Amino acid sequence: MSAAVDRYLALQKELVLPGRGLSWIDALRNEGAHHFKDVGFPTMRDEDWRHTNVRPIQKREFTLGNSAQDELDNDSLSKSALTGLDAYRVVFVDGRYCKALSSLDGLPGGVTVESLAAAVAADTDEVRETLGSIAPKHRSGFIALNTAFVDDGLYLHVDDDCVVDKPIELVFFSTDTAEQLIQPRNLFIFGNRSSVQIIEHYVCGQGSVYFTNAVSELLVQDSAVLQHTKLQEEGDKAFHVGGVFMHLQAGAQVVSNNIALGSLIGRTDLQVALKAEGASCDLNGVYFANGRQHIDNFTQVDHEKPACKSNEYYKGVLNDRARAVFRGRVVVHQDAQHTDAQQQNKNLLLSADAEVDTKPQLEIYADDVKCSHGATVGQLDEAAIFYLRSRAINEATARSLLTYAFAADLISRFSIPAIRSRVESVLSSKLFGGSQMEQLV
Amino acid sequence: MLSIRNLHASVAGKPILRGINLEVKKGEVHAIMGPNGSGKSTLANVLAGRESYEVTQGEVFYRNSNLFALSTEERACEGIFLAFQYPVEIPGVSNIYLLKAAVNARRKHQGMSEMSAVDFLKMVREKIKLVEMKEEFLHRAVNEGFSGGEKKRNEILQMAVIEPTLAVLDETDSGLDIDALKIVANGVNSLRNEDRAFIVITHYQRLLDYIVPDFVHVLAEGKVVKSGGKELALELEKQGYKWIEKEPAAELRV
Ligand SMILES: Nc1ncnc2c1ncn2[C@@H]1O[C@H](COP(=O)(O)OP(=O)(O)OP(=O)(O)O)[C@@H](O)[C@H]1O
Ligand SMILES: [Mg+2]
Repeated sequence: MSAAVDRYLALQKELVLPGRGLSWIDALRNEGAHHFKDVGFPTMRDEDWRHTNVRPIQKREFTLGNSAQDELDNDSLSKSALTGLDAYRVVFVDGRYCKALSSLDGLPGGVTVESLAAAVAADTDEVRETLGSIAPKHRSGFIALNTAFVDDGLYLHVDDDCVVDKPIELVFFSTDTAEQLIQPRNLFIFGNRSSVQIIEHYVCGQGSVYFTNAVSELLVQDSAVLQHTKLQEEGDKAFHVGGVFMHLQAGAQVVSNNIALGSLIGRTDLQVALKAEGASCDLNGVYFANGRQHIDNFTQVDHEKPACKSNEYYKGVLNDRARAVFRGRVVVHQDAQHTDAQQQNKNLLLSADAEVDTKPQLEIYADDVKCSHGATVGQLDEAAIFYLRSRAINEATARSLLTYAFAADLISRFSIPAIRSRVESVLSSKLFGGSQMEQLV
Repeated sequence: MLSIRNLHASVAGKPILRGINLEVKKGEVHAIMGPNGSGKSTLANVLAGRESYEVTQGEVFYRNSNLFALSTEERACEGIFLAFQYPVEIPGVSNIYLLKAAVNARRKHQGMSEMSAVDFLKMVREKIKLVEMKEEFLHRAVNEGFSGGEKKRNEILQMAVIEPTLAVLDETDSGLDIDALKIVANGVNSLRNEDRAFIVITHYQRLLDYIVPDFVHVLAEGKVVKSGGKELALELEKQGYKWIEKEPAAELRV
């Protein structure tokens, strides 16, 4: 279906994107366009997309080039706000930075927050050198599509030694303009020994059909400490493809929380490269899907240098006809002696029609390493349900309690209370249609 | 309190209980003994309402109403308690949560308000002393990683907290050391009163030294083949089950 590809490429030529005329950004976009032309949308023949059919995305004619909105009825935005979250807030409406709705008062001086569009136009060395250098160019047509249209998103720079006291929440809010393609492009640079918490939060108004195709690139420099939470709560008719790509330098420590709750088809590519000694990452992931939702998490950790650690733990709960895909790739490069890489994926199916494809994939080219992986797919334990019922707990409560218990150890890893409670309440409302769980937790 | 009449039940299409008759009155303690595989646990599970056990014939009345009309949780609310032969591990659910949920579910059923956190904790602390468990067990996941004996004590703790009307103890004494045995017996005896009844399933006469039964029944091949007083247990201890199986089946009504 190259017609779809051609249509996007034609659109790309028409749009006046920020910084046009600067040779490096033109070259970056053109490279994206060329690659997109070559590979197009992935198909199920591609190994990395074997279980996820993106034809529903491909066949729609999404529009691009949304105009900036400085106003928004604040109701729809506040509805999606995380209750009790004390954070700096950067708001993007349909992919465009919206200063009026953002709140950055009190942000430490060592932090620069800017729209990527402005940062590109400003043509600094840092942006020029970093943008496009972390996201793997040839990973999929979606990254290429995003790159062809590099437009707006967040540019964040944190100075060396800067400790940010509160999380910085990026709200990607999609209005109800139907059939639009929103392509945030985010660039984060965390200086040496800095310490920051980021929340990438994808939400929408009423829930029309739209497509988010986001790419985030994160450079985490020596001994920086980062917590990155992606909270995907797109509308239930929406499509979401998002890439989160990180480079970790010596001694950098990252906790990634990847939470997929929304969208009809949702795919996240999370790729962490441990590029220097002593870097470490904890990758926590959770997905709850119901109805006909399809949630795909494709993760890759590259141990490139010695003595790095990675610990990945993903859990999913599926109901109805929902489907999930987990791919956990760990590559231990030849140099990477004393690697410690752990990976686990556990799934709970609440209905006979739910399905999961889970595949750990270890590639080890070094010899002195400690690696393990495991994957499970199970149902609720009937013996446990009977046991609880014999203690006067009704069946519905017993089931929700056991489901909650399944997810609890993962949820407890989310250190921001507002994130935990959002995940808990979505678990309860999505899978049990109501308030039951609230009494439990 | 409990009246079992000609009860037949099957598991996976295989008949296990084949005409059980048993009458249990308030205040009584009945011991059920019998060889492995005779159907003791099946009976206990049928009383508690396990759905994989299919009742094919007969009736059971509990406090004069049809037991089979009630779901498992309704039976529990009405005061039936089963101490499991193999207590189930439930990772992620704490003991204290389970106790609280159980107590409050029953209170709700009885039209009472929830117990306050303070009163509840006070009550649980008293009961946990009774079974000589450490308080840290309250905050551990239900039975997860408990030793065999700890699981059995935990069943008794639950029983003590829930204060059932009819408790069925399925081999709660198996795998217990002598001190634990006394503790379990103590737990039962402290609940014993004229309004409650107990069915104690055991292989060992020893338990019955501590929990003195009013009646002893022998189950074999899904039927009560002999009933008697507490002396019957002593006789079984001496002679085994062979001598009974030779006798014609006696379906004694007590
Ligand atoms: N799910 C099942 N499927 C098939 N057979 C079963 C099942 N559950 C129980 N049985 C069979 O039913 C019979 C009675 O089992 P039950 O557990 O009631 O015996 P019991 O008297 O409690 O024995 P024990 O003293 O060993 O605990 C046994 O032959 C057992 O194998
Ligand atoms: Mg048994």
